[in-house]
Amino acid sequence: MRTLTEDDIECGTVLPPLHIELTPTTVISTALATMDFTPVHHDTERAQAQSSKDIFLNILTTMGLVERYVTDWAGPEALIRGINVRLGVPAYAGDTLTLSGTVISREDGEVTVQVRGAVSLGDHATGTVRFCLPC
Amino acid sequence: MSTTAEPGVAEPAATGVHERFTALAERQIELGEVRGAAAADPVNLPMIRHWTAAMGDANPVYTDAAFAGASVHGEIVAPPAMAQVWTMPGLGGGKGGTSPVDELMVALDEDGFTGVVATNCEQTYHRYARLGERLVPATRMTGLAGPKTTALGVGYFVTWLVTWYSEDEPVAEMMFRVLKFRPREEKAAPEERTRYPLRPAVNRDTAFFWEGVQEGELRIQKCGDCGELRHPPGPVCPSCRSANRVYAVASGLGEVYSFVVHHNPPVPGIETPFVVAVIALPEGIRVVGNVVECSPEKVGIGMPVRVEYREMDDELTLPMWVPRES
Repeated sequence: MRTLTEDDIECGTVLPPLHIELTPTTVISTALATMDFTPVHHDTERAQAQSSKDIFLNILTTMGLVERYVTDWAGPEALIRGINVRLGVPAYAGDTLTLSGTVISREDGEVTVQVRGAVSLGDHATGTVRFCLPC
Repeated sequence: MSTTAEPGVAEPAATGVHERFTALAERQIELGEVRGAAAADPVNLPMIRHWTAAMGDANPVYTDAAFAGASVHGEIVAPPAMAQVWTMPGLGGGKGGTSPVDELMVALDEDGFTGVVATNCEQTYHRYARLGERLVPATRMTGLAGPKTTALGVGYFVTWLVTWYSEDEPVAEMMFRVLKFRPREEKAAPEERTRYPLRPAVNRDTAFFWEGVQEGELRIQKCGDCGELRHPPGPVCPSCRSANRVYAVASGLGEVYSFVVHHNPPVPGIETPFVVAVIALPEGIRVVGNVVECSPEKVGIGMPVRVEYREMDDELTLPMWVPRES
C-alpha cells in the first residue's frame, strides 16, 4: 500500500472513479457507524412518510465516503486537511453513488482535488478535498 | 429591507417575524462560542473499526497498529471525517447540551419554516485525533441570511461553526449551513381517477337524461304531444300513448318524499350507511337519488333539497341531493 509522491500528481490528474452500491445495508450501517439514528436513514416507512423515496445517506457518511475516495487513491499516509462539500440531491437506497475527481491545484505541498458524487437523480455532493503528502 | 429588486430575495411573510429572527440571530452570534457536552467516549478503536468497515475504508493507519506505528502518524489515528461522530448524541439523545443554534431553529419552525435541508458542510482538520482523546464540541452561530426564494420554498440559511477541542487544542472545525424553508403547498397532481364502479344503464330512451347531467341540467322527459312530464324516461306517454318525446329542464329544487338508509349489504364505491331518497320536484314528478352532505339521521320527510352534480370519475357525473334552507 503506497502513498503517492509529488511526482505522481499534477494539475489535471484524474482519479479513477469509485462506484458504491447504496444497498439498504450500506445506508443503515454507515448511518449507525456515524452515530446518526435519525429514522430517515434506517426506517423506510418513516422516510416515505416524510416524502422521501426511501432511506438515504446521512451527511456524515457522505463526508466519510468522499474522504475514503481520495485516500483510496492517494494512499494511507496522505494527510487530509479539509473537505468542503456542497450538498445536492439525496442518495437513496437502491441507487449507485459514483465518485469522480480531478486534481485542480498543487501549491506549497497541498493538493486540492475536485470531487463529484453523482447518483441517478444528479449531483449528491460536489466539492473539494485538500490533502498533504508526508514529508 | 432593501428596496431594490434583488433577484432571489423574497419579502418576509411579516416584517415583524423577520425582525424577530434577525434579533434572535444577532443575540446568538454575540454569545460567541458555546461549549457542548464532551464526547460520551474517547476516540477508540471499536468505533473506528465499525466506521471503516461501513465506509469500506481499508486505510490501515486507522486500524492496523503495526502499520500505523511505522507510518507518518507513529500510532493509530482516527479518520478525520469521524470528527463529528465522536460527539453525536447517539440513540436517545445523550446528555443533550443546548447549542446557540437551537433557539433560532425553534423560532423558524414555529413560524412555518419547518423544512430543513443541509446545503454545505466544510470541515478543516488541524491534526488527526488519537486514541484516548476525549473531544469537546463548541458551537458558534455565525450567520442568518434570508428570506430567499429557493426551489424548495422561501427560507432562511442558518450557518454555524463547530470546533472540536482536545483539552484546549482545536483538532477539527466544521462550517455547517442549512436552509430552513416553508414547504410549498403540494400542487394537486393531475392523477388519473379510479373508475367509479357503479354505472347507470344508458340507452336511447335515457341518454338525454345523462347528457343533461353532464351539462349540469336536470332533464325531465316530456310528451311531445300532450306535454305531460314523466320520470323515469320511457318510450310511450302513459297519458296519451304518444311516442313523441321532448324534455323540460327542472329547477333542481325538491324535497324528500320518502327515503331509506342503506346499511347492508356493502355497495362498491359507496361508504355505508347512505341515504336513497325519492325526491318530489315542484314540477310535479319524483326522482330517485342519494341525499349527501347530511348525516342519515338528519334526513327527514319534507326536507328541502337541491340537486348537485358530482363528478364520480373522468366520464361519469351523477346528480345528488344536498340539504338547502327552506
